[in-house]
Amino acid sequence: MQTDGYRDHPVRSYVLTGGRAHPTRNTLRPETLLCTVDDGRRLPASAGRHQRALLETCRGTLALAELAAYLRLPVSLVVVMASDLIDEGYLAIRSNPVHDLPAADLLEEVLDGLREF
Amino acid sequence: MASASSEATGPGPAPAHLAPSVARSVKILVVGAFGVGKTTLIGAVSEIPMLSTEETITTASVGVDRARDTKSTTTVAMDFGRVTVGRDIALYLFGTPGQRRFWDLWAGLADGAVGVLVLVDTRHLEESFEVLDQLEEHTRLPLTVVVNEFEGAPRHAPEDVRSALDLPEGTPVVSGDLRERPRAVEALTTLVEHALRRQTEGSAAA
Ligand SMILES: Nc1nc2c(ncn2[C@@H]2O[C@H](COP(=O)(O)OP(=O)(O)OP(=O)(O)O)[C@@H](O)[C@H]2O)c(=O)[nH]1
Ligand SMILES: [Mg+2]
Repeated sequence: MQTDGYRDHPVRSYVLTGGRAHPTRNTLRPETLLCTVDDGRRLPASAGRHQRALLETCRGTLALAELAAYLRLPVSLVVVMASDLIDEGYLAIRSNPVHDLPAADLLEEVLDGLREF
Repeated sequence: MASASSEATGPGPAPAHLAPSVARSVKILVVGAFGVGKTTLIGAVSEIPMLSTEETITTASVGVDRARDTKSTTTVAMDFGRVTVGRDIALYLFGTPGQRRFWDLWAGLADGAVGVLVLVDTRHLEESFEVLDQLEEHTRLPLTVVVNEFEGAPRHAPEDVRSALDLPEGTPVVSGDLRERPRAVEALTTLVEHALRRQTEGSAAA
């Protein structure tokens, strides 16, 4: 089933992403909303096909988990790729991460929305 | 449906982008034993075709084979769906198997979640114990138990389910056929109401 071998060799995902550590990574969650920055800037020629595919897929708002599903890559790998692209200004975070529990006013809005169904 | 495939950039479904107005997201976890209806519930409310991702997790074979003390890696699929609520909030529903050996996978998911829908099949109540134990041990997330009324399954009063599962005080119990959207929406509404109640009560419950 698996011809792309990175899942068998965790080290490879590190290599794929340049092996850098970035603080942005800690703020990215599966539900974090992302959107490609549309400023006409092109990725450098050295960028990988996964990076290009990510920016192409995210030309409208999507959560990180959705990106991973469309790209058929593990969430953990997309976190690393996305944080690099954010730090380089190609990708932007649309939503603020919710830590601990979501605030009461946000929950109330969710409830109001659910009741409309 | 995006199923696992080897070619990362191969053609797949066109991405269903959110409306440009959406700038906030929340998530609810849907956990339960195998075949209990997680995918069904998520599919009943999702506005997009179900998506899934695969994660590699390392499982220590605790207690199973002490002599060899092996570690192995398994691939676990996580199903999820999405529904836009109100004008600008995306609600994500992440479905994961709830057993202990999958804890690593949903540990990363639990942070920041509104709460957890715990799906229960009354024909196999004991399978829910491990899931509930894991939740109580590792998180303080608000729970709502959803009894999936499979055909031919015995019907139990919510009170009986509550005591059989020894649920934390105040944990709502709802039931119904999860293939029906109104039942699935009701489960979500009940959980969010419960989460809100806990917050406004000043998170008194430890
Ligand atoms: N009669 C009845 N069948 C149901 C109901 N909910 C789910 N099912 C069926 O039960 C089967 C299992 O449901 P799933 O939603 O795939 O369960 P799951 O928890 O996602 O299963 P895994 O991902 O394999 O752990 C499917 O064939 C569903 O059609 C229900 O409320 N009533
Ligand atoms: Mg499933």
